[in-house]
Amino acid sequence: MPRSLGLLTEWKIFIKKLADLTRHNNERVRKAKVVLIGCSAGGFTLVYDIVSKLPRNFPLPVIVVIHRSRKHKSSIEEILNSKSKLMVKVAADKDQLKRGNVYFAPSDYHLLLEPDESLTLDCSEPILYSRPSIDVTFQSVADVYHDNVIAILLSGANADGADGICYIHEKKGFTVVQHPDSAEVRTMPEAAINKCSADLILSNLEIFSFMETLATTVNHNA
Amino acid sequence: MKDTVVDVISFEQVEEIIEWVNKIHGFDFSGYSRASLKRRITRIMQLQQLSMYELKSMLVNNPSFFEEFLIEVTVNVTEMFRDPTFFKAVREKVLPYLSSFQRIKVWNAGCSTGEELYSFAILLDQENLYNRAFLYGTDINRNVLNTAKKGIYNLKLMKQYSENYMLSGAAGSLSDYYVAKYDAATIVNNLRKNILFSVHNLVSDGVFNEFQLISCRNVMIYFDVELQNKVINLFYESLCPLGFLCLGSKESLRNAELAKKFRVIDRVENIYQKIG
Ligand SMILES: C[S@@+](CC[C@H](N)C(=O)[O-])C[C@H]1O[C@@H](n2cnc3c(N)ncnc32)[C@H](O)[C@@H]1O
Repeated sequence: MPRSLGLLTEWKIFIKKLADLTRHNNERVRKAKVVLIGCSAGGFTLVYDIVSKLPRNFPLPVIVVIHRSRKHKSSIEEILNSKSKLMVKVAADKDQLKRGNVYFAPSDYHLLLEPDESLTLDCSEPILYSRPSIDVTFQSVADVYHDNVIAILLSGANADGADGICYIHEKKGFTVVQHPDSAEVRTMPEAAINKCSADLILSNLEIFSFMETLATTVNHNA
Repeated sequence: MKDTVVDVISFEQVEEIIEWVNKIHGFDFSGYSRASLKRRITRIMQLQQLSMYELKSMLVNNPSFFEEFLIEVTVNVTEMFRDPTFFKAVREKVLPYLSSFQRIKVWNAGCSTGEELYSFAILLDQENLYNRAFLYGTDINRNVLNTAKKGIYNLKLMKQYSENYMLSGAAGSLSDYYVAKYDAATIVNNLRKNILFSVHNLVSDGVFNEFQLISCRNVMIYFDVELQNKVINLFYESLCPLGFLCLGSKESLRNAELAKKFRVIDRVENIYQKIG
């Protein structure tokens, strides 16, 4: 990008690029039924910002899988719930997936989706030392919603999420990976990018705009 | 790098397997989580490189395969003093009450390899209640029950459980309760004399005794709501008046009708008491 372009111009060009991209992928994004977010080391603040910025009318349920220690009680859901216009909660066993809600996988359990769109908690073995495992949730949700899934993978220090992203990719869902240069820890996004080709590789600012475009693109009545 | 393999088995095929297993082995998985079953069956097929056709014929022709199938398809992961705060709550809020009973019968349903039941035994021992107590551990799975009966665990794991033990606020050290030899830890005999492990299927078997405490943790998350309610009713019938029901940390009594029959002892740890 030439230096003479101001920040504003750069920004406008980028928005145009994103609009083109989403138009191109419009159909695939429009029919989505859920947004999945996976993150680990270095991604918490970003998840926090993404979720707290979601508009009241955000058209899809959101499922967030973050790695956290079961020893330290974390209250990111509570804090976010008071900040966000949506209902932010720890996923409970048999919760029915609904728009307007953001579900966090509890620590020490995997989170699965049933064909009747209710959630199941599962205490089976950790995968890649992780429970909850991003791979497990991404795959389980894709088994139910097939190509109607949007998945976003952020910063992290291991390779969890790569299998999940590629599984969704294989099932023709829509995949977004944080640009490794923007990630605080690049291992996780890099592992996914190396394993298969994500639809979009986005910087943090671009991720925010992507979420904004979702709010207007997705078919509300779907 | 391994390729991504999607749809090893479809949900429709999971239904087929459920029917098949019920017909041939009389085992009813129809109330189980489909998401979990699909994941576990996929794993078996991938590990053993079986097609759907091969899996079905193994289930018919190979009796010993079914036991293997049962282990793989259910989740058996467990720990001693898993959720230390739960055991702390039991010691502080339940045991003082239990000590008023002449006999303390405990049922650990879905006990897997026995770690949870031995944790309860230790708790009772520390409050000098063990000699009045009898503990039953049940599961559908013969293999895990055999491990439970032996009471021999990997020493490395015991070291991890020691941390849980300490966090639960128990006195002394977990190593007071096992004998270490090479890399194995054997639960001491004193702790094993009032314990019985046997097969019981929560789906199809009924009441078999009356209990002062029933603990069923991380079993019902794999059941659908209907089966969950049926099993909680079974527990209600199996409890003495004012007996206690302990559920897993993610398993609350949500059915309004059933909740009326219990008092909440600890809302976070999901400990309930049957109303008289
Ligand atoms: C995840 S383990 C829980 C072990 C232990 N209660 C704990 O919380 O650590 C679940 C156990 O439930 C058993 N189980 C599954 N279905 C059952 C049934 N219908 N009746 C009795 N046990 C069952 C499984 O074999 C497995 O050992």
